[in-house]
Amino acid sequence: MIANFVKKGLSLLVLPLAAMLPAQLDAQVNTDTVNIYSARKQELIKPLLEDFWKSTGIQFNLVTGKADELLTRLELEADATPADLFITVDAGRLHRAKDAGVLQTVDDPLVADSVPGHLRDQDGYWVGLSKRARAIVYAMDRVDESELSTYEALTDPEWAGRICIRSSSNIYNQSLVASMIAALGVEETERWANGIVNNMARPPSGGDTDQIKAVAAGECDLAVVNSYYFGRLAGSEDPNQREIVEKLRIFWPNQQASDRGTHINVSGAGITKHAKNPEGALTLLRFLVSSKAQSWYSAVNHEFPVVEGSAISSTLLDWGDFREDQVNLSQLGVNNRKAVEIMDRAGWQ
Amino acid sequence: MKALTVGATVIAFMVTIPILNVVGSLFVSADEGIWAHLIQTVLPRYVTNSTALVIGVGSLACLLGVPAAWFTAVCEFRYRRLFVWMLPLPLAMPAYIVAYTYTGLLDYPGPVQSAIRNLTGWSKGEYWFPEIRSLGGAAAMLGFVLYPYVYLLARTSFLERSMRTLEVSRTLGHGVFRSFFRLSLPLARPAIATGTALVAMETLADYGTVQYFGVSTFTTGIFRTFYGLGDSTAALQLSALLLAAVAILLFCERLSRRRARFDANFENVPSCRIPLSNSQTALAWLFCGTPVILGFVIPVAILLKYAAVDSEWIWGNHLRLAWNSFHLGAIAAAISVSLAIALAFAVRMSGNPVVKLAASLSGLGYAIPGTIIALGILAPLIWVDHLLIDLVELILAKNVGLIISGSIAALLFAYTVRFLAISLGSVAAGLEKIKHNLDHSARALGRKPVEVLFRVHLPMLRNTILSALLIVFVDVIKELPATLILRPFNFNTLAVRAYELASDERLADAAAPSIMIVLVGIIPVIVLNRTIFRESS
Repeated sequence: MIANFVKKGLSLLVLPLAAMLPAQLDAQVNTDTVNIYSARKQELIKPLLEDFWKSTGIQFNLVTGKADELLTRLELEADATPADLFITVDAGRLHRAKDAGVLQTVDDPLVADSVPGHLRDQDGYWVGLSKRARAIVYAMDRVDESELSTYEALTDPEWAGRICIRSSSNIYNQSLVASMIAALGVEETERWANGIVNNMARPPSGGDTDQIKAVAAGECDLAVVNSYYFGRLAGSEDPNQREIVEKLRIFWPNQQASDRGTHINVSGAGITKHAKNPEGALTLLRFLVSSKAQSWYSAVNHEFPVVEGSAISSTLLDWGDFREDQVNLSQLGVNNRKAVEIMDRAGWQ
Repeated sequence: MKALTVGATVIAFMVTIPILNVVGSLFVSADEGIWAHLIQTVLPRYVTNSTALVIGVGSLACLLGVPAAWFTAVCEFRYRRLFVWMLPLPLAMPAYIVAYTYTGLLDYPGPVQSAIRNLTGWSKGEYWFPEIRSLGGAAAMLGFVLYPYVYLLARTSFLERSMRTLEVSRTLGHGVFRSFFRLSLPLARPAIATGTALVAMETLADYGTVQYFGVSTFTTGIFRTFYGLGDSTAALQLSALLLAAVAILLFCERLSRRRARFDANFENVPSCRIPLSNSQTALAWLFCGTPVILGFVIPVAILLKYAAVDSEWIWGNHLRLAWNSFHLGAIAAAISVSLAIALAFAVRMSGNPVVKLAASLSGLGYAIPGTIIALGILAPLIWVDHLLIDLVELILAKNVGLIISGSIAALLFAYTVRFLAISLGSVAAGLEKIKHNLDHSARALGRKPVEVLFRVHLPMLRNTILSALLIVFVDVIKELPATLILRPFNFNTLAVRAYELASDERLADAAAPSIMIVLVGIIPVIVLNRTIFRESS
């Protein structure tokens, strides 16, 4: 009786699965569709892909995941990979993908004309798609704008116990420190990391939004965060969210004419080395740097377009222009390990 | 019988592949200087934090799980049945989601501390409030959702074993609570030890909660080394260290079980629960109510509030995801528990050391971070796929692409590897309690071993098997790392959805899929509860 029950149960469960298999195999061999591995969350990529499908008729298959793991998957799959395009955030990771040999070069005049050189890989393996700055968010009632100047100045004793910043396990901090290594060298950067740890208001925890909320609540006076997290709160339809940032401002560090500018990073994409549909992937890449797609990132997630002249959200317009650190973003990947070692030594959790 | 033994051994070793991947790393040398760097900077903290976390979560889980299990199993009081089905519910809550909800409630900008500041006029530093984002906070979060492992196993044990002995104890004039400490507790120790071991392993494998709280543990360290320092070998070696610690832990657990005698008489004892006085009932409510409130009521209330404020309830989408989750959970539970039965039975019947070794090894995977397991599964799967591609190309001259990896089969394999420890743990513990005399009698009566399994063991193990099914099902529903990395194109589950939104710091939007996880998880809890502890009245 039990055996019978088991048999019935299993066949009931397995049949629908078997029905799904052909779709899976189709994704593997059908070379008309574009297959995408994306570390951008579904929310921030799928609507664009649907747009792409509508305007070009090219179908897509999407799997999202964590950047590093998707990259490992690509490496293991090697020439059998179904993926045509790899999308991720942070130039450090794009650099890792290039280093791992899973990408191919893109030599396309349209893409090259649209995206400025420092936001692309110098050898053409990946292209930046949207831009974010790691900025300072401060409480207006406790900090005067004139007190703020550079990332480096945050280690001054006057900021002791006033700074919120997240864990060094996060890639945004790793890239920030990597950019400082490029500008200041390892020793100077290590002194800086030690200084930041000394000035922290609390042990690092939570995400960037949590840091902003902590500033609003008075737990600390300023936080170092990615710009779009602030933008999301400021541009939110929810009055409760907007209220959080009412008394906060965003500040772009290192703006002096002689200085390097505020640290920026990108989300980006590269066509995989063993793409079965590289033409489709290139068509998609072109679509992603079109002004329509560029404005979408700004409107939906308050990221800056990489293509000049694209329309931006009113929140971004309010923030005004600022100078960007022009360091080639590949440097972030090159210096990543050193950055982590520095923060390990500094006791930056 | 031979076939069963061989089959079980082969399966156990297949499940062990990702673990071998980890152990194998010990024979490769990592980048020069990386170990010196780790030992000088972060490793001591990883070790102390992980140890403290395991001890904290283990103690809390026992404190929440054991008394509640005993009260609901052995005593009779008002609302007992309600507690019986509510107590396992936190099992359906992913720990990191619970962590997000409590943080929103208790951190400095949250409503509780804001209210304190508004009421008293105090500001930062002028009052003490426990920091939720801390080691202690992480231990609390994990304890709140993991105690059901202890509760379920302990309760089964209380139900099955202590009724008759308890009667004796009562006739000898021992009070209710004295009986608990002197009799029930020692008898249930193997079950409690197994439950606590599962809790410890889940704790060690946790990434989401400790990462959010900024607590550096072995697991966060493994990923930091893997990706931040870019050294996969050193990361796997760290995992191997973790594995060694778990092996020792499990060994101790088994040793403690060995010292006790487990065979119990399995007569159907008519239940005669101890009626509680009013003050005793209050105590029972306290011990049964606290776990439910902490692990379920509070987090769900917060999620509902988030979902009500501003979350898109895309029901159509979520139903699709719920079906995917449900489906995977059901199949994986069936596979994992069947394998566990086969393995445990093979061990019992054959006594072959190879089988025993295979069974012990296969349980270890549970404590390794899911991502490491997933990567360890991905590699051999893709390797097999490459072979298949070459083969098909040779025969059919056709390129078929990857067949297994990136398919549902790969996911199911991963779940089996990850959760065999749970099903095997509870099935083995259940099987141990059945007297070998029964086997001998059945065999003497001319029954084949497989008949003994189906006609003697399985009916007696009914409750154990159902609990194991339930736990694996719920674990699969909330499983994240393997699902994330191994799932096919265009295929999502509720856990993936909740994770994506939460990790993008959109907690309010993550509330809806999180609630759905709980709902899908509750269905079997309710269904099984009706049968699992069906008590003759």
